[in-house]
Amino acid sequence: MENNRFELNKNLAQMLKGGVIMDVTTPEQAKIAEAAGACAVMALERIPADIRAVGGVSRMSDPKMIKGIQNAVSIPVMAKCRIGHFAEAQILQAIEIDYIDESEVLSPADDKYHIDKTAFDVPFVCGAKDLGEALRRINEGASMIRTKGEPGTGDVVQAVRHMRMMQSEIRRISSMSEDELFDAAKELQVPYDLVLYVHENKKLPVVNFAAGGVATPADAALMMQLGAEGVFVGSGIFKSGNPEKRAAAIVKAVTNFTDAKLLAELSEDLGEAMVGINEQEIELLMAERGK
Amino acid sequence: MNIGVLALQGAFAEHEQMLSKLGVSSFEIRQEKDLKEDFDGLIIPGGESTVQGKLLRELNLFDKIKALIDGGLPVFGTCAGLLLLAKEIENDERVHLATMDITAVRNAYGRQLGSFYIEGEFKGIGKIPMTFIRAPYIGAVREDTEILAETNGHITAARQKNQLVTAFHPELNEDLSVHKFFLEMIAATHKA
Repeated sequence: MENNRFELNKNLAQMLKGGVIMDVTTPEQAKIAEAAGACAVMALERIPADIRAVGGVSRMSDPKMIKGIQNAVSIPVMAKCRIGHFAEAQILQAIEIDYIDESEVLSPADDKYHIDKTAFDVPFVCGAKDLGEALRRINEGASMIRTKGEPGTGDVVQAVRHMRMMQSEIRRISSMSEDELFDAAKELQVPYDLVLYVHENKKLPVVNFAAGGVATPADAALMMQLGAEGVFVGSGIFKSGNPEKRAAAIVKAVTNFTDAKLLAELSEDLGEAMVGINEQEIELLMAERGK
Repeated sequence: MNIGVLALQGAFAEHEQMLSKLGVSSFEIRQEKDLKEDFDGLIIPGGESTVQGKLLRELNLFDKIKALIDGGLPVFGTCAGLLLLAKEIENDERVHLATMDITAVRNAYGRQLGSFYIEGEFKGIGKIPMTFIRAPYIGAVREDTEILAETNGHITAARQKNQLVTAFHPELNEDLSVHKFFLEMIAATHKA
């Protein structure tokens, strides 16, 4: 067996499991995140809450800014490109990013096609609302999946909805008889072999994280109990009153997500959580981008 | 036989699956009270050494686990686990359990583009699959540390008494031989 980039890239996601990936916009924030126990950082110019507030077209970050963050920390550094913008992805690969997030948080560059991620050596993580989206992204070469949730809101409701949807569809596929899988593949608009994998293994073929709206240790524990293998926290940390303390508490909550007594201690005195926006107040549904 | 798997962060589930394929029971160590269980060996998995090192300290596991290893508990560290056991890390001031006489080099192959798969010789086993993910290697061994594998001119597996480390991830491939090697180490300790 020679070097199989897809396997190696899936393997890196396996190493991130049980961890928290944090959005950072400066080398200083990246250092705070690393010191608080982040297993990776997502380098971006504006966190989702600010992207919402500012509006306009949101693009890949300045490579110089990303390199500054790569130099500041020793943990993996991820960065976002627009859905379908393979040139941005090529640029991120050229600066040796550890993971590319083809993300609905940025303005989509293509309203029909996602990036052919099999053409790249660096790994991709993609968002999904349900099993069909997740398997379509994996078929395109994504080696890690996260729920879309609703970024920049501090409202966990949609991450919960997407995780529950994925898990319930996985349970449904797992319990099917084998002759029903062909039709399930048609219905989900995905290749049969991916459906067969889910049927046999009762899980996605790649690691699955929660993202989009996680703001507290309790939110993180909720997502882990619902079946997430780790958590992305975007605006939730650096839009809160005490980022260091909140970040460290969320890290510990992910490790001990079933210990309510410890979670109670971790939830104490964290200062103000990000204010957040309720689902009904959102004008822009990022989760509807890229299906 | 019962093996404790440090489950603070990283690829601990993969190790548990390997052990279960070998018919050995295991349990997860996530906090202090988990150490009450009786166990014959400890696995420290791959993941991020910075995260695991921090959580070891903050969840009050650090001193107890260090004392157990110093007292002879067989331990097997892969990748981040190797870094946690190393007495010295060439490119990082932070050391962690520091129980093994090796100097590790962190992220020695660079970023994810430097990750690779190879089949290589492991002393006493033969050719085995080796998956390196943002891996370290061992720059130097001291005292009675024995070199078990060298890959492209760098030390990638070693043993010192009760401690076994690999820079690669045996838990990511189907081959069970390195885990078997560790179980034999434990069995030999019981006999001695």
